[in-house]
Amino acid sequence: MKNKPEIKALKTVPREKAFYFFTSIGNYTGESASSLKEFMEKINEVNVKSLEFHLYRGDFEKWVAEVLEDKELAERICKLRQSNYLGNILREKLYVIVSKRFKELTELC
Amino acid sequence: MRVKNNSFALDPIDIKILELLQEDARQTYTELGKRLGIAHSTVYDRIKRMESYGIIKKYTALVDAEKAGAKSVTAIMTIYTDPKESEKVAEKLCKIPQILEVYTSLSEELQVIAKVMAENQENLHEFIATTVAPLPGVLRIRTSIITKKFKETHPLMFNDPKKLTLTNNENNKKRVKSESEK
Repeated sequence: MKNKPEIKALKTVPREKAFYFFTSIGNYTGESASSLKEFMEKINEVNVKSLEFHLYRGDFEKWVAEVLEDKELAERICKLRQSNYLGNILREKLYVIVSKRFKELTELC
Repeated sequence: MRVKNNSFALDPIDIKILELLQEDARQTYTELGKRLGIAHSTVYDRIKRMESYGIIKKYTALVDAEKAGAKSVTAIMTIYTDPKESEKVAEKLCKIPQILEVYTSLSEELQVIAKVMAENQENLHEFIATTVAPLPGVLRIRTSIITKKFKETHPLMFNDPKKLTLTNNENNKKRVKSESEK
């Protein structure tokens, strides 16, 4: 049971594997997320420029796939990237996707 | 030079030798001796003594990376830190080969300033995100990528700032400017 991908995606990762929010190359906001829950919460808190920066570089889907090992959520974020949203609309859409997935996973557990 | 309790007090001749070596470390003992008006054997003894006490740490070459064909990105990171952790952050940064220089600075917030080199912008970002941002005590980071170098000097350690004078070139520029203003 412990190896189920759904459970893995809800784990808290060590700080060296956390997601660090930047607004541009080398400019770290001071915000980070060590779990999917924290990531979901930070979406509503960080500068929207940071969301735009990471989404269009593919950083979110990479972290979700490689660190949280949730391929399903990574694909959903990838689709969002293709829709070219910006600003608070992007924030809302991303939050809906991540919170929906978080709910699905917690219900599965 | 005076040696006391295994420590070392430099006299004006030692300081002069160091200044000349910082100008050009490939000068011979004879050349240095001539410039200072002392015997080359005296220069030799003093240099060996300063080496053995670690005052002269090493002799190295200043390489112009651009001319040497190295394609790289250099950036200055200003790392805002928790005051309790700033020393540790600076010490950890010192151990990383990509980090060229590390300083601490006290302004409104405690900062660690570091010069970093990476292969390209993407590697720079990856390095900061995976190595610097996760260090305990790092609050946020501002990074400025250097686009063009206008001046780089290696000041002599014992230069008295009061003694610093404008070079001929700078004097000329100043004179031209003042004449044009007339």
